Amino acid sequence: MNLTRKWAMIVGIAGVTLLGATACSANGATSGSTAPSDGSPSGSITVYNAQHEELTQAWADEFTKETGVEVTLRNGEDPELGNQLVQEGTASKADVFLTENSPAMSLVDNAGLFAPVDKATLAQVPDRFQPSSGNWTGIAARSTVFAYNPALLSEDQLPSSLLDLADPSWKGRWAASPSGADFQAIVSAMLELKGESATTAWLKAMKTNTVAYKGNSTVMKAINAGEIPGGVIYHYYWYADQAGTGENSANTRMHYFKNQDPGAFLSLSGGGVLASSPNPVAAQAFLAFITGKAGQTILQTGTSFEYPIVDGVSANPALLPLGDLDAPKIDPSQLNGTLVTDLMTQAGLL
Amino acid sequence: MSATLPPVSPAPERRDSPSVPPASPPPSAGSARADAVGGVRRRPSPFIVAVAFTVSLLGLLPLGYVIVTGILTGWTELSALVFRPRVGELLANTVGLVVVTVPLCAAIGVGAAWLVGRTRLPGAPVFAVLLAAPLAVPAFVNSYGWVSAIPSLNGLWSGVLIATLSYFPLVYLPCAAALRRLDPTVEEAAGSLGSGAWGVFFRVILPQLRLPILGGSLLVGLHLLSEYGAFAMVRFDTFTTAIVEQYRSTFNGPAANALAGVLVLLCLFLLVGESGARGRSRYARIGSGVARTPTRRSLGRLLPLGYLFLGGLFVLSIGVPFTSVVRWLVQGGASVWADGVVGEAFLQTVGYGLIGAVVTCLLAFPIAFLAVRYPSRLARGLESVNYLTSSLPGIVTALALVTVSIRFVQPLYQTMVLVIATYVLMFLPRALVNLRAGLAQVPVGLEEAARSLGRHPLGAFLGVTARFFAPSALAAGALVFLGIVTELTATLLLAPSGTRTLAIQFWSKVNEINYVGAAPYALLMIVLSLPVTYLLFARSRLTSVS
Repeated sequence: MNLTRKWAMIVGIAGVTLLGATACSANGATSGSTAPSDGSPSGSITVYNAQHEELTQAWADEFTKETGVEVTLRNGEDPELGNQLVQEGTASKADVFLTENSPAMSLVDNAGLFAPVDKATLAQVPDRFQPSSGNWTGIAARSTVFAYNPALLSEDQLPSSLLDLADPSWKGRWAASPSGADFQAIVSAMLELKGESATTAWLKAMKTNTVAYKGNSTVMKAINAGEIPGGVIYHYYWYADQAGTGENSANTRMHYFKNQDPGAFLSLSGGGVLASSPNPVAAQAFLAFITGKAGQTILQTGTSFEYPIVDGVSANPALLPLGDLDAPKIDPSQLNGTLVTDLMTQAGLL
Repeated sequence: MSATLPPVSPAPERRDSPSVPPASPPPSAGSARADAVGGVRRRPSPFIVAVAFTVSLLGLLPLGYVIVTGILTGWTELSALVFRPRVGELLANTVGLVVVTVPLCAAIGVGAAWLVGRTRLPGAPVFAVLLAAPLAVPAFVNSYGWVSAIPSLNGLWSGVLIATLSYFPLVYLPCAAALRRLDPTVEEAAGSLGSGAWGVFFRVILPQLRLPILGGSLLVGLHLLSEYGAFAMVRFDTFTTAIVEQYRSTFNGPAANALAGVLVLLCLFLLVGESGARGRSRYARIGSGVARTPTRRSLGRLLPLGYLFLGGLFVLSIGVPFTSVVRWLVQGGASVWADGVVGEAFLQTVGYGLIGAVVTCLLAFPIAFLAVRYPSRLARGLESVNYLTSSLPGIVTALALVTVSIRFVQPLYQTMVLVIATYVLMFLPRALVNLRAGLAQVPVGLEEAARSLGRHPLGAFLGVTARFFAPSALAAGALVFLGIVTELTATLLLAPSGTRTLAIQFWSKVNEINYVGAAPYALLMIVLSLPVTYLLFARSRLTSVS
C-alpha cells in the first residue's frame, strides 16, 4: 500500500476533526451573553430545564421568535438540577431554572441563589401559586391520579385514599416511579400533610407493595398492558397519550382521589431566575413570557396537557377543571424534597 | 456508560496474551527490543515522561475521588448508607447478573468460535463475520429492540438475556483468533493416544483457550458492572442503575458515592480474580517451522444442531434489535427525521468521537512509547493505572469529574474540554494496547539506520517508525471512536448545556416511550459502529497469520 495515500487519509481525518470541533463549539458554547442596560432582552440565556423538554422547547421557540433571545436548554430531573445549582453556587452558568414540581425550587431558594422575580411577573400569577418569598413563581400545575386497568380492577375496588395503598391487600398490585421527581413530590405532600412518622410507615409499606418502574409513561404502559392493575402518576400522561395514538392508555382509566387527600395533590411547577445570571434582563423576560398570556396559552392548546395557572387562561377543555380536583391546600414553599429523598433511601426505594 | 467496549485488554499483563484481537506483540520481542534501544539513547525525553506522568496521575482521579469522599463522609454515615437492605438487593442482583452471564457468554463464545473455526459447517466464514456484528449494536439499543418485541421483559433473566446477546462476541472474537493459531499436532497426538473428539476438545483445546476465555470474560464482567441503559429499560436494578437514580435525586449526594464505592470494589475484585485465575502456564509453540492450518471436523448428523445454534444466535442478537428498529422506522416515516435534530446530533457525535479519538491517541502515545522503548517497572506502573481507571464504570468517573470540576476547576466545568478529558480517562487503554502493539512491531534498527544516515531523530521517527505504525494508530483511534459514539452517562453529566449526541437523544426519546422517535438515533449509532466492528473483526483475523 502506498504511504502517500496513508498520509492523505491521516490529513483527511485531521481535517474532519477540525470541522467537527467547530461544529461542536458552535453548538455547545452558547452561555449567556450580557444584555445591554437599556432593559430590552437580548443575547442568549441558558435554562436548566426539568420540565418536559417538548413543552419548554415550545416556550423557548415562541420566546425567541418574539424577542430574538437565544435559549439553550440543559435537561434533567428536578432534584438533580436543583442540587446541581446548589453545588455550582454563584459560578453557575444557568440563567433560569424551570421544574415540574416545587420542592427543587425551595431547595435552590433556601440556598439563597434566586434573584427576586420581577414584580410585574408575580402580579400575573395568583397568590396561591407563588411562594411567600417571591423568589420564584408557579408556571403550571399537574394533578396526582390513580391510573388503573378496568379489566383488572373494578370501580368499587379503587382506593379511596392514597394511604390505602399501604394496605397488605395491595401487595404487588400497584406501580409507581419512585426514582422520579414527580412521585417524590407527591411524597413530599404526604410528608407535609401527615407528618414524618406516618410517611415513613407508608413508604415502608410501599416498598413491599409496589412494583417500581422508571418513569410515569412506563407505569401507564404497564397498566395498559395488564402487567399490573394500577399505579400513581400525574394526569397529563394519560391525556397526552389519548391525544396521540392512545397505544399506551387505551385500556386504562383515571381515578381522582379528591377530598383533599394526599393523593389529590396538585403539584406546582416552578420557575425562577438565578441571582448569578449573566443575563438577568432576558432571564426575567423569559419568566414573564411563560407566566403571561402567550406562555400559558401554550399549556392550554399544546400537547403538554398541564394546567395553566393564571387567571384568564382556562385549562384544556379535555381536562377536569382545576376547581373540581378538590386538592389539599399546601404551601408549595413548605415541601421538603431533601427529607423525602432521605426517607425514600431509608425505605429502600432509592 | 461505556455501552459497547470492544475487546481491549484492561490489564497490563495482557500484552503478552494472545487473547486480544488488537494485535499484541509476540512475547519474545520485549527483551530483544530493550537491548536494541539501550544503545541508542538511555533516557526518554523529559517531555514524553512528563506527559505520561500527568495523564496517569489524572487517571487516578476517579479512584481517588471515591476514596476521599468515603473518608470525608465518615464511617458512621457511610456504613448506614452501605449496610442497608437496598444495597443487599443491588448486590444480589449485580452478582447474580455477573455469575450467570459471564459463564453463558464464555460457553456461547467458545462454542461459536469452535463451530466457525474448526468444523466443516458450510457457510462457516459467513457466520464468522456475522457473530462479530452484535458489537455494533450498543447494549441499550439491543435492549430497546427486545423491549419493543416483548414489552413485559423485566428482571434478572431479561438482563441476562440482553447482556449475553450483546457481550458474547467479547469472548467469541479472541477465542476464534486463538483457535486459528493452535498447533494441530497437539490435538493429533491426543487423538493418536486414544482421545475421542470430545476428549480432544475438553482436554486439549479448551485448556489452550484459557487466556482468551478469561480475558474476554473479564471484559464481559466489567461491562455488566458499568452498563446503565440496557438494564434500566428492563427494570433490572444494578449498582450502576441505582447510582444513576441517586444522581437524579440528589446530584452527587453521599448515597450515590457510597454505592460507587461498593461498585469500585466489585470491579477490583473482578480484575484481581481474573489475573489470579490466569495462572503462569503459557501455551506457545516452540518447535521449528510453521504450524499447519488446523484440520476441520465434520459435524455429521449434528450439523442441523450447529446451524440451529449459530442461526439462533444471529437471529436473537442481530435479528431482533434490527427488526424492531426497522419496524419503528417504517412506522415513523419521514417525519421523525425532519426536525433537524437528527442531523445535528449526528454531527455532534461524530465531532466528539473524532476529537476524542485523536486526543486520546496523542495522550496514550507517550505511555505506549515508554512501555515499548524504555520498559521498566515505572513504565509498567503508569500503564496499569490507566487500565484501572477504564475498568471503573463511566458513571463513577463522571461523578468524580463533575464534583472536582465544580469545586476546583470551574473554568473547565461544562465545557467540551472536560468531556474530552473524561473520554480520555475512560477509553485510553483501547488506544494504548493498539499503539503499544504497533510500536513494538516496528524494528528499531530501521529508525537507527535513518539517523545514522543523517536524519534528525524526530525526522527519523516520523519518516520511518510512524509510517509503519499508522495502521495501529488508526485502529486505536477507531476503538476510542466506537466507545464515544455509544457513551451515555458521562456525556449526560458533563457535556455543555444544549449538547445533543445520538446517545443522549436516543435515551431522551426512549424515556418518553417515544420508540418511533428513538429509532433514527438507534440506526445512526449502529451505522457509525459497523465499520469499526468490521475493522476489529479483520484485525482479529490478522493475528492468526503471525
